[in-house]
Amino acid sequence: MKIYVSRDSAAKAVGAERVVAALRAELAAQGVEAEIIRTGSRGMVWLEPLVEVDRGLGRMAYGPVAPGDVAGVLEGSAESLGLTEEIPFFARQTRLTFARCGVTDPLCLRDYEAHGGLAGLRRALAMSGDEIVAEVTASGLRGRGGAGFPTGIKWNTVRQAEAEQKYIVCNADEGDSGTFADRMIMEGDPFTLIEGMVIAGLGVGAGRGYVYLRSEYPDAIAVMNEAVALARAAGVLGADVLGSGRSFDMEIRSGAGAYVCGEETSLLNSLEGKRGVVRAKPPLPALEGFLGRPTVVNNVISLATVPVIFEKGAAFYAAFGLGRSKGTIPVQIAGNVARGGLFETAFGMPLGALVDEVAGGTASGRPVKAVQIGGPLGAYFGRDKFETPFGYEDFDGQGGLIGHAGLVVFDESADMLKMARFAMEFCAVESCGKCTPCRIGAVRGVETIDRIAGGDAAAVTVLSDLCEVMKDGSLCALGGFTPYPVLSALRGFPEDFAGVREAAE
Amino acid sequence: MHPQPSEEEIRPVVQAHLHLEGPLLPILHDLQARFGFIPEAATRVMAEALNLSVAEVIGVISFYHDFRKAPAGRHVLKLCRAEACQSVGSDALAASLLGKLGVDWHGTTPDGRITVEPVYCLGLCACGPALMLDGVGHGRVDAPGAIAILEEAGV
Ligand SMILES: Cc1cc2nc3c(=O)[nH]c(=O)nc-3n(C[C@H](O)[C@H](O)[C@H](O)COP(=O)(O)O)c2cc1C
Ligand code: SF4
Ligand code: FES
Repeated sequence: MKIYVSRDSAAKAVGAERVVAALRAELAAQGVEAEIIRTGSRGMVWLEPLVEVDRGLGRMAYGPVAPGDVAGVLEGSAESLGLTEEIPFFARQTRLTFARCGVTDPLCLRDYEAHGGLAGLRRALAMSGDEIVAEVTASGLRGRGGAGFPTGIKWNTVRQAEAEQKYIVCNADEGDSGTFADRMIMEGDPFTLIEGMVIAGLGVGAGRGYVYLRSEYPDAIAVMNEAVALARAAGVLGADVLGSGRSFDMEIRSGAGAYVCGEETSLLNSLEGKRGVVRAKPPLPALEGFLGRPTVVNNVISLATVPVIFEKGAAFYAAFGLGRSKGTIPVQIAGNVARGGLFETAFGMPLGALVDEVAGGTASGRPVKAVQIGGPLGAYFGRDKFETPFGYEDFDGQGGLIGHAGLVVFDESADMLKMARFAMEFCAVESCGKCTPCRIGAVRGVETIDRIAGGDAAAVTVLSDLCEVMKDGSLCALGGFTPYPVLSALRGFPEDFAGVREAAE
Repeated sequence: MHPQPSEEEIRPVVQAHLHLEGPLLPILHDLQARFGFIPEAATRVMAEALNLSVAEVIGVISFYHDFRKAPAGRHVLKLCRAEACQSVGSDALAASLLGKLGVDWHGTTPDGRITVEPVYCLGLCACGPALMLDGVGHGRVDAPGAIAILEEAGV
């Protein structure tokens, strides 16, 4: 008998360690031989702690399991959810980037290879840098960090830049509320990120890489450090990558609690040991990035998707998706939902299907009022926008953005004026301070929303004007996109803004 | 005043990272891990070692939410205030905990037992409200649950 329990921090946060301790105690008491394998997450967070038991006929799922349930789970009398892979939430997915996550032991390279790992790197090692970049371009992969910039074009710029040293920097700052895909893949399948970074290095001619990983993720930092050490020991990293004579090595660096350091130039300053102030562009980081040298900055999911593109081929990957949004996107379903977790699917599924069918509506059972998509800089959509297909251009067309693909669902008890105020407050707390519309504007924004709450109808116009100034006059998207949640709340839910209500009367 | 480590204690910590590209953040994290805060004397040591002005080093320290100039309480509780946790009641949870402990955000109880800080997302957004106590995350937390977590940690 084999037993699988996730070691993902979401599983641990809801008691996985206690369940494992109870399982061990029960196995010892019964004198039963069984192996407990700690995997990454299957992404079905609402079922955590999830226990999977394989008695030779596939993995049967049980969850959420409490320590007191383990005897029943072991003897098979507890009610099972059936085979994990047949749970509708799981069965409906297209798992490419997350294919191994939840299946394998994250820190076992042998397991990794047995499930397709390193096949992409081996293929890339037989290709020229130009061919590698062309493959990524052909896959249609776009940056998963938020801006959706074509990854192949970025790599090509770095490839063509002349320099003695170039860098691959992985953006693992994942500060958006409602997102955890980066964390989940780093904790659940860290070698795929490492492999993706090595391929990026081969493609653009960079010999060194860094992962800038937020300090709020201590488990991910620990797993990544272990994985890098294991990869180095196995010759996946180092002076002679898989015996090819090519070299690539990397380090994990910890952030220090600043949201803005997810912005790529701020991140580079931070990595250099400076204040995380945003840099003006140009110069592009691709030409003058870390320490002034050509640098690829890519999100975790962008890089972690590279191995499957090389394993299965660009055409295979590009066959999924919708329009210019090719491939799959790990949608993170969070907040007030019945079924929260990570759902990887081809681009194109309508927002409403994700919220109502996949997530099963709210956890509270009350009607959905709003969904914020794309983190604290993303717009709030009401049900009237539930037809919007999940794609970069489609969301843009509706006045929103998909960002890092987090969905935060709110039920009807949400106060949208409060959410708009929070967006401004967050911007004020996290502003890097470089430009006035963001640094001062966000503070004025909070005050103006308080005036609206107090019934001052004239303040509504002030808020709209202020948002225009922030949009037009901010150097980066922190100041520039904070108006998305604010204005979408104001325009989509005017009934929550006392001042607006009175003005209308 | 809390005891300040000497320059002799600080110097080796700083030097251990000087071979890195961009060593300042790793140094600051290491100092805080060892001493619980960034000692004042360390600014001079870092400035000298990195050929920066003391003002520049102070500028870096003050930019980041993580670095402290004084030690925190014996335990550090981070409560998530971000949107996904708000959607499942984190505001009420925070109000109840802050009230119970008698502190405001960033405050430390008078007995030095615990410091409470806001955090904007722990990546536990599908199992909120979330908190982190001394580096360990907890999800689906309600007020009684939070008290139990604190008690179990001996707070
Ligand atoms: C305020 C702000 C925060 C950001 N946070 C992140 C982040 O946490 N992770 C990320 O990958 N990109 C983040 N970005 C986007 C990055 O600037 C950049 O576009 C991205 O890392 C590029 O990688 P990609 O092309 O693979 O998406 C942020 C941007 C802004 C303006
Ligand atoms: S918009 Fe805000 S965070 Fe961005 S550069 Fe300007 S001040 Fe800094
Ligand atoms: S919003 Fe609270 S953990 Fe992400």
